[in-house]
Amino acid sequence: MVNKRQAIKNGVSGVYLAIILLLIYAPILLLLFASFSSARIIGEGGTFSFEWYIRLFQSERVMGILLNTVLLAVIAATLSTVLGTMGAIGIFYSNKRTSALLQGANQIPVVNAEIVTALALAILFAAVTLQRTYFSLVVGHLVLCTPFVLISVIPKLKQMDNNLYEAALDLGASPTQALFRVVIPQIASGIVSGFMLSITLSLDDYIITSFTKPATFDTLSTYVYNAVKNESKSDLPLIRALSAIVFLIMIIVVVVLIVRSSRKEEQSR
Amino acid sequence: MKKLYFSRKQLCIPYSVFLVLFVFIPMLLILVYAFTQEAADGSLYFSFDNFLNFFTNSSKLQTLGVSVTVSFITTFFCLIIAYPVAYILARSGWKHTYVLLMLFIMPMWLNFVLRITALRELLNIIGFLGKYDYVNTVIGMVYDFLPFMILPLYNSLQKLDQSLLEAANDLGAGDVHTFLHVTLPLSMPGILSGITMVFMPSMTNYVVSETLGNSNITILGKMIEEYFSTYDDMHMGSMIAIILLVIIFLTMLLSGGFKENADETSSRGANLW
Amino acid sequence: MEEQVKNKIIELIDVTKAYKDTVVIENINLYVKKGEFITFLGPSGCGKTTTLRMIAGFEMPTGGKVLLNGEDITHLPPNKRPVNTVFQRYALFPHLNVFENVAFGLKLKKVTNTYRNEAGDTYQKKEHLSKAEIAQKVKKALEIVDLEGFEKRSISTLSGGQQQRIAIARAIVNEPEILLLDEPLGALDLKMRKEMQLELKAMHEKLGITFIYVTHDQEEALTMSDTIVVMADGVIQQIGTPTDIYNEPKNVFVADFIGESNIFNATMIANRRVKFCGKTFDCVDDGFEKDELVDVVVRPEDIQMVAPEQGMLQAEVISVVFKGIHYQILAKVGKTEIEIQSTKQKAVGEKIGINIAPEEIHVMKKEFTVNRFDGSITKRNTMEFGDGEFECDVTQLYPNSHLDEDGYLITAKGEKLDLTDVEVNVEIGMNNITMTDKSEDGGAQGNIISMIYKGDHYRYIVRTENEEDYVLDSEDMWNENDYVGLIIPANKIKLTLKKPEDK
Repeated sequence: MVNKRQAIKNGVSGVYLAIILLLIYAPILLLLFASFSSARIIGEGGTFSFEWYIRLFQSERVMGILLNTVLLAVIAATLSTVLGTMGAIGIFYSNKRTSALLQGANQIPVVNAEIVTALALAILFAAVTLQRTYFSLVVGHLVLCTPFVLISVIPKLKQMDNNLYEAALDLGASPTQALFRVVIPQIASGIVSGFMLSITLSLDDYIITSFTKPATFDTLSTYVYNAVKNESKSDLPLIRALSAIVFLIMIIVVVVLIVRSSRKEEQSR
Repeated sequence: MKKLYFSRKQLCIPYSVFLVLFVFIPMLLILVYAFTQEAADGSLYFSFDNFLNFFTNSSKLQTLGVSVTVSFITTFFCLIIAYPVAYILARSGWKHTYVLLMLFIMPMWLNFVLRITALRELLNIIGFLGKYDYVNTVIGMVYDFLPFMILPLYNSLQKLDQSLLEAANDLGAGDVHTFLHVTLPLSMPGILSGITMVFMPSMTNYVVSETLGNSNITILGKMIEEYFSTYDDMHMGSMIAIILLVIIFLTMLLSGGFKENADETSSRGANLW
Repeated sequence: MEEQVKNKIIELIDVTKAYKDTVVIENINLYVKKGEFITFLGPSGCGKTTTLRMIAGFEMPTGGKVLLNGEDITHLPPNKRPVNTVFQRYALFPHLNVFENVAFGLKLKKVTNTYRNEAGDTYQKKEHLSKAEIAQKVKKALEIVDLEGFEKRSISTLSGGQQQRIAIARAIVNEPEILLLDEPLGALDLKMRKEMQLELKAMHEKLGITFIYVTHDQEEALTMSDTIVVMADGVIQQIGTPTDIYNEPKNVFVADFIGESNIFNATMIANRRVKFCGKTFDCVDDGFEKDELVDVVVRPEDIQMVAPEQGMLQAEVISVVFKGIHYQILAKVGKTEIEIQSTKQKAVGEKIGINIAPEEIHVMKKEFTVNRFDGSITKRNTMEFGDGEFECDVTQLYPNSHLDEDGYLITAKGEKLDLTDVEVNVEIGMNNITMTDKSEDGGAQGNIISMIYKGDHYRYIVRTENEEDYVLDSEDMWNENDYVGLIIPANKIKLTLKKPEDK
């Protein structure tokens, strides 16, 4: 009897998860199918075609925007990883009061509504230069990403054996050498996840980007948002194809990650 | 005493300067702008006008009402949908729940504007778009923020000690009783942290309301954006931002976000990697 | 000690270390001879590790000087010192394998090589060691610690003992002048520890360099060291060879910390005549005044058991424990317990006589005879001192005085005095303080930081939160670190007005 009840429970649970997953993936799957249809508007007939993919890759504008987006993400993530890692090490070795103060300040952009951060930065740049540049855009993304680098790195520093740094000095390393040869390798996993997180945050961002970017500059987010708002008939089908590609890349990355982490688990057993 | 060697503390100087320049000063500017107006000659003077204006203007109050309502409904549905998901994933004892969890979280990595666009196309096909602006907005918000609710719930439910549940059963509590009196109270930190992570963006993420609500729904975030880019009135925009901050502060205070679950809130998304 | 000692490799002169308000090292003076095996021994928190870290360069003294071969290195950073450390938890770099760990220091090192150019002139060049040289040295170091062939292994696959050896190899491969070892065997199990003790001793002889070793394990110190420095509370208690320290402990602390000991409260009757347990014994220690209160220390193995009528003291055996090579016998003389180690077996309840040879009676100055505090009088005519507040009799400050209803003191001459905030000297005998579990009942509260068995009672030191020490005697058994309240009867608190020069 107990087993039967358990089986029913499992069954209900499985069906529930399946329904929710279906709802989550339905819009994406719809786009995926529609991207292979020649119709401009979904449901209006059309035949199977790669037309939108071809046009997508031929569109210099969209390709330029993609390049912009990725380049911005890499620049922002690199800079915030350097800034954040240095900050994390500095905070970790500071006295309690400085450390509490800086960690508190680090939480401000995290807890704050993105729109408030965006407006605050826009006001700052308006007050200083009156125009927004690539610099203001990068700063905006740094404010968005750097706090998360600290949040990823500080726990790794806490886990590290404090004697390691001293051991390096003891063996003749200068403080700088000790930092690069011992401390940084010890916290590398935190630095990497901080970097990855920064890439994701930067790629995904709309609000801060739209408040800090120069007028003529577009990232994927701002381009798609404007295209959808203006119901641009020529862009929407391209966006479907683009979504499909991004989605596929994402699936590949996730599968690789899962396989790698399960391999690691097996190895550690 | 002679300076010994360069201290590792000094590495925090660049970030400290960064925080002052691009976090402290901008936030200070918002505060200044909220309580000032611009005179004809361009100088600023202190004024409560923005504040009074906000609370006497019916359309602004309506926006505030709409925002809070949309956020409440979104948070409610996120919780209702996410709790069973998190519960099943954390407590079912199935194999490979990690992969399943990834499936639920994965949409977060797809650019969120693309995700909302996809949803828009779906809503268009089933004929919702243009008809049910509020419903569409809430659907979009729930769709967008669901992972933020699932993750903290999953974390807190997973930490739950199995022996506690067994103890409850052992003491004669039925499943429902055990859930209500043991599981639910113990997962409270996760619930609170999920609520904070969903409630706030629901008031500000105007990309969702604009894309799915056919530009007919104005939430606080949209209003700030309008005052900034359409009316070029940063003073009113700052005032709305301050009001928004007060609401965020109150929500966090109510949900205890400053205390035990500060860690989870602070790392929203950080545990994805 | 003052005569010139050659070959002082390390010398600490008046070294003090304080963190904010807490002094952890107080005015330490010591030197280490080249090539010796010296051990800093003491209970945890005594400052031994801090002293080692100041020699390594991880901590800077707040006062005094550290000399290396006569040169001041007080402020030299650790990477510039010819000193290497073996850390307590090894501190091996987890991201490097065994070879890379051992080679870490070698790869950083630069040596001056001399070359001859085509013209025949010689010139010098600072260069890193070649790969072959490094590999050669690492191999040799691994041989010394018996881990040949472990080069490629990752640190996480090594056992505790192996990690320990790698840590040693990583230090000695740099050919330091001094090897510092901070409780290196603390994490090993007993058997492993014993083995490593002997190996370290052998290694010391083979390498011929100076070892400075830190431990809280007295047996380890006695086994390995040429010289032992006993420390407590940031102060050096005694420096000497293991034999000296064991046979001639300088004070009760050293006697109690090193080996087993019987400690008696005693009085000097005359020169070389000391009275304890109700009898007067001959002894060989000079330098005490007649009637001076002293402590007498006798090692359990130095006590001779004889027939009851032949002994100076008559005792009754109350417990016998077989310890392998000897019996540990507890006997009672009156109220005083005496511990005896002997190869002779005795039965519980047996009457025995006890004799102690004069040279085995170690007489020591008493460190504490009374508790002294600076206090001040509160509005309620209570006393504040020693981090607490106590009821007391303030009338003793003025002969024949009394208190009126308002709490003012009326002197014998009828003068009315307000004593609030008056500063006084406070004296309390060690027998007049009692401890209670209900800490809130006490006038002051603190933790027991030391307990020493004195034959018929224990001597406790209770330290309050703000580091005031109360020394008290009690027959009851408490545990170290117990949090207790201190009760002092009002009539046992002796007050005297501070003379102007005291302030």
